[in-house]
Amino acid sequence: MELLLAITIGVLVSTSVYLMLDRNVLRFLFGLVLLSNAVNLLIFTGGRLTAGAPPLIDAGEYAPTGVVANALPQALVLTAIVIGFGLLAFTLALVYRTYMTLGTVNSDEMRVAEPADESKLDTGRLGMGKANPAKPATGQEAGI
Amino acid sequence: MADDYPKVDRVMGGAAGWISIAFPSILFLYFLGLLPQIALGPQVHGIDWVPSLGINLSVLLDGLSMTFVLLITGIGAAVTLYSARYLGQHPDYPRFVSYLLMFMVGMLGLVLADNLIMLFVFWEITTIASYLLIGFNADSAKSRRSALQALLVTGTGGLILLGGMIVLGNVAGTFQLSEILTQGDMLRAHPWYLAILLLFLAGTFTKSAQVPFHFWLPNAMAAPTPVSAYLHSATMVKAGIFLMARMNPALGGTDAWFWILTLFGGVTAVFASVMAMRQTDIKQVLAYTTLMALGTLTMFLGAGTHYAIMAAMLFLVVHSLYKAALFLMIGIVDHATGTREAGVLGGLSKAMPLTGLAAALAAISMAGIPPMVGFIGKEFMYKAGLGLEGFGAFWVTIMAFAASVMMFAVGGIVALKPFRGDLRPTPTEPHEGPWPMLAGPLVLGALSLIFGLVPGVLGYYLVGPATHAVFGEVREVHLYLWGGVNMALILSLLTFLAGWLVYRRHEAIRTRLAAFEARNPVDFDAGWDRLLEGFKAFAAWQTRLIQNGSLQRYMAVTFGTFVVLVGGTYLIKGAFRSGLSLTTEGIHPVQWAVLGLIAAGAMLTVWTHSRMTAVAAMGVTGIGVALIFIMFSAPDVAITQLLVEVLVVVLVSVVMLRLPYLPRRSKATFRAGHAMIAGGMGLVTTFLMISVLATDFDRRLTTFFEAASYPEAYGRNIVNVILVDFRALDTFGEVTVVAIAAIAAFALLRGMSTRRKPEEES
Repeated sequence: MELLLAITIGVLVSTSVYLMLDRNVLRFLFGLVLLSNAVNLLIFTGGRLTAGAPPLIDAGEYAPTGVVANALPQALVLTAIVIGFGLLAFTLALVYRTYMTLGTVNSDEMRVAEPADESKLDTGRLGMGKANPAKPATGQEAGI
Repeated sequence: MADDYPKVDRVMGGAAGWISIAFPSILFLYFLGLLPQIALGPQVHGIDWVPSLGINLSVLLDGLSMTFVLLITGIGAAVTLYSARYLGQHPDYPRFVSYLLMFMVGMLGLVLADNLIMLFVFWEITTIASYLLIGFNADSAKSRRSALQALLVTGTGGLILLGGMIVLGNVAGTFQLSEILTQGDMLRAHPWYLAILLLFLAGTFTKSAQVPFHFWLPNAMAAPTPVSAYLHSATMVKAGIFLMARMNPALGGTDAWFWILTLFGGVTAVFASVMAMRQTDIKQVLAYTTLMALGTLTMFLGAGTHYAIMAAMLFLVVHSLYKAALFLMIGIVDHATGTREAGVLGGLSKAMPLTGLAAALAAISMAGIPPMVGFIGKEFMYKAGLGLEGFGAFWVTIMAFAASVMMFAVGGIVALKPFRGDLRPTPTEPHEGPWPMLAGPLVLGALSLIFGLVPGVLGYYLVGPATHAVFGEVREVHLYLWGGVNMALILSLLTFLAGWLVYRRHEAIRTRLAAFEARNPVDFDAGWDRLLEGFKAFAAWQTRLIQNGSLQRYMAVTFGTFVVLVGGTYLIKGAFRSGLSLTTEGIHPVQWAVLGLIAAGAMLTVWTHSRMTAVAAMGVTGIGVALIFIMFSAPDVAITQLLVEVLVVVLVSVVMLRLPYLPRRSKATFRAGHAMIAGGMGLVTTFLMISVLATDFDRRLTTFFEAASYPEAYGRNIVNVILVDFRALDTFGEVTVVAIAAIAAFALLRGMSTRRKPEEES
């Protein structure tokens, strides 16, 4: 089963990376969701698998009787799921807002801050106000 | 020059001036009092600073550091006194003084350090102070460029030097200089000796401006004249000389040491003396003669015999005395006449007799004429050169001869020509300098004469102990003015003759050199600019390549790097391990089905170009993962996963109602390169997972939680106890992250309605 899970995790990582390499930010977002699932599974499997024995302490006992599942990776994965959800929700808001402002979900067209031609940097649109258009001085420019 | 700024009314620079004069003066007197002790033997004092790294604040006071300390504080006192008058009414004078004092502290620390790392820290302080002082006239683009050039050249050398120090410290097992200096035989035989030597010399050659790193020093003359006299002639540029002298017992005496130092030193000395003849600005002439002196010192340190080191130490003192005096003198002339051009100045001796006297004393010492101490310095250089063997004797003697001839001629150019003959018209009416500016050059000039008359004192207290410290063993040092008629004296007489001829024809020589320079394609200064332009172009190129603003490119680089580095390490190290059984027996059909669901959901998400199918497929994968959690005893995780998965599907679906459709699939949408990177990531992860599963599992933490969960935290659900008790701060952090994400998302979405309107209207 561990081997099969390792392969499944590999498939999840491959698909999510392929999606994250897409220039469509929606597909990027799908990749992000799949990747958090892959990583959670990876941590969980790394803590070894135990079937049918949740990490609980029976009433009247002070410690689990017999072997129970590893509790630590479960706690970590629980945290990771919630954080992953927070990340997704924020990214989703960001994608939505970006589309509303720029009218595109293509990451190659989102070039307000880093235009392909740097001389066309539109600082006004970044909320930076009218920046000084003069280039920074260099030693060469300074003469001599 | 010094007059075109709004004056501030201060007497002798005000409080800043008095402090700056008192500091070096008091230190000078203090160290002068220690002189008799140090003449008998070196002293080491220290306290631990960073003991775990072997870095101590310890002081090594021997003849070498004593000589430098007295030069730094003594000339420092003269220079600060001079500056208080020269720049005392400058609005930025307090800033100037603080840089100067910062330099003084750095330089003193440098020469007194007994720890290599400490030495390096002070070394860099002098570099920074030099940068600030060269760029003191920050309004001038020339000053700024010169300052930056000096900083970059000496700073780069300093970093290379640090590398050398770390290698040396590891080889020697200590960073304490006093311990390293006793390990010379071991170090010279060590396989890393040459590497250490070259790294050290990169630092000292840049700092002491040896060819081909010399070009920053003449440019550094953009600094105010007291700074040129102090940093860029008497002290800072000799830091490289100091370090070579300091390391001589540990690194010196090999063939590599001999040839590198004598060749570079000799070439620097002669190149610089020719360049000095070319200049018309007297300050530039002095700058190039300083280069010449630095080359000469390097050459004699390289020669390495007892006599050669004695000659170097003697010349070190001699040069500092006359060169500081000459720089300060030209500052007075500049102040009084408004020009430093050799061709314009003449006949100043009537108007400025005391300045002329100081100039004459210093220049006679520089020319090496008896009874000045400069004569003794030159005699000992010739004796040291003649005492070498083979080609070394020829090379060193010839180079020293050539340099001495030029020094004689230059002495005439800077001190004789401006003062004799008829008074020539200058931009302002010449007048004698005020006493604070005259005191320094006069005292320094007088010392050149006094030490020439009583050389024994200089030999016993300074040159002798310094030579012992550098040479590594104690031998008698005896300085004398008259050594009888010998080869050195004959060479001296020849020097005077040749020097006089060069002086008589120096204007013709200058014209020839200027013509040659106009045709000469090799220009180090311009080459430096091209180097910097090259760096900038390279930086811009690689930024465009790696950070071209495309998210796709960033992701590809990040994942690609992961695949290559982790996968490559795997292959090279043969790290793959597998203790897993490859059989699929005993796997329940339901488990097969769940794994199939996960994989199918993921692949469908990639394949489909329908938004709703993708969301549904993602949901299938998420629920498959939840089922795995249930199967393997993680009910809490499974519940959370199911909840979150449902929320994700709902949220994404809602948002997508406002977003455009995915592009329709076409042949062009399959990206082979990206598929390879993605496949590589999957493969590496799978192999990594298999290897992790094959290692022994360390259950210590889990065992602790299982044992402590009920007795300490009174909880029977161990996962819950970990979350809310043992790792409660983590959980608190998690809640905070989610809250911040919510606030940020809220801010993003809320601002939209108001910001969108004006654009729609327009």
